[in-house]
Amino acid sequence: MPAGDVAENPAGARTIAERLLQSDVRRFVVKAQIHAGGRALGSLAGRPNKSGIAFCCTPEEVERAANEMLGNTLGTEQTRPEGRRVAKVLVEAAIPVRHEFYAAVALDRTRDCPVLLASAAGGVGIETAVTASPDRLIKEWIDPLVGLRQFQARRVAAALGLTGSSIFTAADFFHSMWRTWWECEALIVEINPFVQNPGPATQQSIVALDARIAIDDNALFKHPELASLRDVAEEEPIETEARKHGLDYIKLDGNIACMVNGAGLAMATMDAIKNCGGKPANFLDVGGGASQEQVAAAFKTILTDTNVRAILVNIFGGITDCAVVARGVAAAINQSGVKVPVVVRIEGNNATMGRTMLVEALAKVMVAHSIEEAARMAVQAAAG
Amino acid sequence: MAILVDPATKVLIQGITGTFGACHTRLSLEYGTNIVAGVTPGKGGQFFDNRIPIFDSVAEAVGATGATASCIFVPRANAADAVLEAADAGLQLAVCITEGIPVHEMLVVKRELSRYQMKLVGPNCPGIVTPGPGPDSRGGCRIGIAPGYIHRQGHVGVVSRSGTLTYEAVWQITRRGAGQSTCVGIGGDPVCGLSLLDVVRLFNEDPDTHGIVIIGEIGGSAEQETAEWIHKHCKKPVAAFVAGTTAPAGRRLGHAGAIANSAPETAAAKIAAFRDCKIPVAESPSAIADTILKLL
Repeated sequence: MPAGDVAENPAGARTIAERLLQSDVRRFVVKAQIHAGGRALGSLAGRPNKSGIAFCCTPEEVERAANEMLGNTLGTEQTRPEGRRVAKVLVEAAIPVRHEFYAAVALDRTRDCPVLLASAAGGVGIETAVTASPDRLIKEWIDPLVGLRQFQARRVAAALGLTGSSIFTAADFFHSMWRTWWECEALIVEINPFVQNPGPATQQSIVALDARIAIDDNALFKHPELASLRDVAEEEPIETEARKHGLDYIKLDGNIACMVNGAGLAMATMDAIKNCGGKPANFLDVGGGASQEQVAAAFKTILTDTNVRAILVNIFGGITDCAVVARGVAAAINQSGVKVPVVVRIEGNNATMGRTMLVEALAKVMVAHSIEEAARMAVQAAAG
Repeated sequence: MAILVDPATKVLIQGITGTFGACHTRLSLEYGTNIVAGVTPGKGGQFFDNRIPIFDSVAEAVGATGATASCIFVPRANAADAVLEAADAGLQLAVCITEGIPVHEMLVVKRELSRYQMKLVGPNCPGIVTPGPGPDSRGGCRIGIAPGYIHRQGHVGVVSRSGTLTYEAVWQITRRGAGQSTCVGIGGDPVCGLSLLDVVRLFNEDPDTHGIVIIGEIGGSAEQETAEWIHKHCKKPVAAFVAGTTAPAGRRLGHAGAIANSAPETAAAKIAAFRDCKIPVAESPSAIADTILKLL
C-alpha cells in the first residue's frame, strides 16, 4: 500500500501531506472515503467538475482538495441520487502508474465456490467493463477446502501478461487476497487498481491503490474486531434505528410505505405498487410472525419518512392468528397517531375475524382482499 | 406419489428441545408427519412430549428408528455441523430451517456433501410439505415451518426461494379448488442445497405433478439456468413469478441471497429469461395461481 493516512479535516490532510513530503513524496492523491465505488467519475455537490479523487503536487493543494470534499456530498453511479456525505479523506503518496490491474476474490453463486477474478484492464470503469463482458475476466475457481493453490495464482499472474519474478510477486499478492477473504469471511475482496511499483527488477513489488471488502453479515458474530469497524455514519439513520428493533428496513424514493411479513412477500408487495402506477417508500420485513412489538416498531420507523402519503400493510398469517396480528396493527395505528391513509390486506389463519376486528377498531382503515387490490387502493389514497 | 417426502417418510428433528423446534414439531405431528425421533446432544434417553424418543446423535437415532429424513432447527453457530452430522449418519434428506448460517460455512458444507448421497434443502427456508388427503390437508408430510392448512392435495408442484410468498401462492392455488403435489422452499441464502433446477427436475419426473410453479427473486442466476433447462427438457407446463422488480441495486432485501449486484441478477433479467424460454410469468403476485391453473 502507498504511504498515507486518513484525515477528518482539511488541516489534518495538509499535515499528512507535509509528513509525506519529508519522506520525499512529491505527488499526492486525496480520496473521499465513502462506502461506494465509482468515485473518480462521481461529482461533488455544487462542483460538478470535481470528483472524489484529486491529484495534488503540494500540501496546500491537498488542503484545498480536502476542503472541497469534507462535509460536501459526493454522488457516484453507486450512491443514491443525493449522494453521500464525505466525513473522511485518505491522503497518500501518488504512485506513478504505467498499467492498472484489477483483481478480486468473490463468491461464484452458480458453482457454489470462491473465485479469483482478474483483469489487465483495471482502474476507473472496470465495473461497467465487468458487467458488460464478464467472460473477459480471468477466472480461477478455488476449492474452499484446499484454498488458492500456488500454481493457480501463478497462472492468473501469467494470464495478466506478467513475466519473470513479477509472476511470483503477483502470486503472493493474490494469495494474501485469498487469505483475507477466507479469514475475514468476506463476500468480496476487491483490489482496483493494483500496479507494479517501478524499480530494479529484484525489488519489484505490487502496490494496491484501492480496495473494497464486504464482510458476510451472518459471520460478523465470529469477528468482533471487524464488527467494531461498522461506521453507522455511512448508513441511513432510519435503517440503523430499524435494525435495533430487529426490522429489515430499506428506504426508497417513493411515497407509499409498506409493512409486510416476509422478505419475498415484501418485495412482491413493492412490485405490485409499481404495477399499479405508484412508488414504494421502503422495503420493510417485520418478520414472519408479525408480533405486536414488531408491528409497533415498524409503524414508528415508517412514520419517520416524511415523504409517506399512504401505508400498505400486507400480512400473510401462516401459523400466526390474523386476529392477533389485527389487534397489534390496530393498537400501533392508534398509538402512533397515523395521519395518512392505511390500507390493510390480511390473509391466512383466521383472516375473516382479523379483517372484522380491524374495521371495528379503526374508522379510517381500508381493507383489501388481494395484494393487487391493496396496491391499487394505496396508490389512489396516496394520490388523493 | 410426490417428491422428496411422503406420509410414510420417517422424520427426525435435530434441535427438538429448543422453543422453535418444539413448537413446529408439535404442529408437524398434528399434521400427520411421521416423526420418529429427536436429537439433542446431552439429552439422549429423554422423551419429547412423553412420546418421541430423544437421542444424543443422529447416528443413534437412525440406528434405533430407521429415520431417513431430518429437519434441522439447530441455532446458526452449530447448524452447519448439524447438516454434516445428518449426512454422515446416512440420511437421504435434510431440511435446514436455520437462518443466518455464514456463507463460508455453507461453502464447506456444500463441498463436503458431494461425498454423500444426502439431499439438502435450505438453509433459511420454510421446508417441504406434501399435502395429505384429510381436512386441512392433514395426513401428509410437513417438514419445516409452513402452515399446513393452506395446502390441499393436488397436482401443482411449487418451488420457491421465499417463505411467506410461497404461502401466498399455495393459498391462492388451494382457494381456487386445485392443490399441490409437493411444495419446496429452497431458501433465501446465496449458497443452499437443492437449487430451483434440482427441484424442477424432480417434479418433471414425478407422475403426480402436472404443472410447476417457480417463485424466484433477485440475486444469483438460478432462474436463468432453470428457464433454459425447462425450455429444452421439461415435459410439463411451468409458470413463474419473480419478486424484486423495484429492488434497488446493490442492496440486500431481507434474504441473504436477495441482492442484485449486476444486470443478470435483477428481476427484470430473470423475467426476460423465463419469457425467452416461453414460460409465462405472473405480472402480479395475486396472479400466480391463475397463471399456472390456466395451463392445466
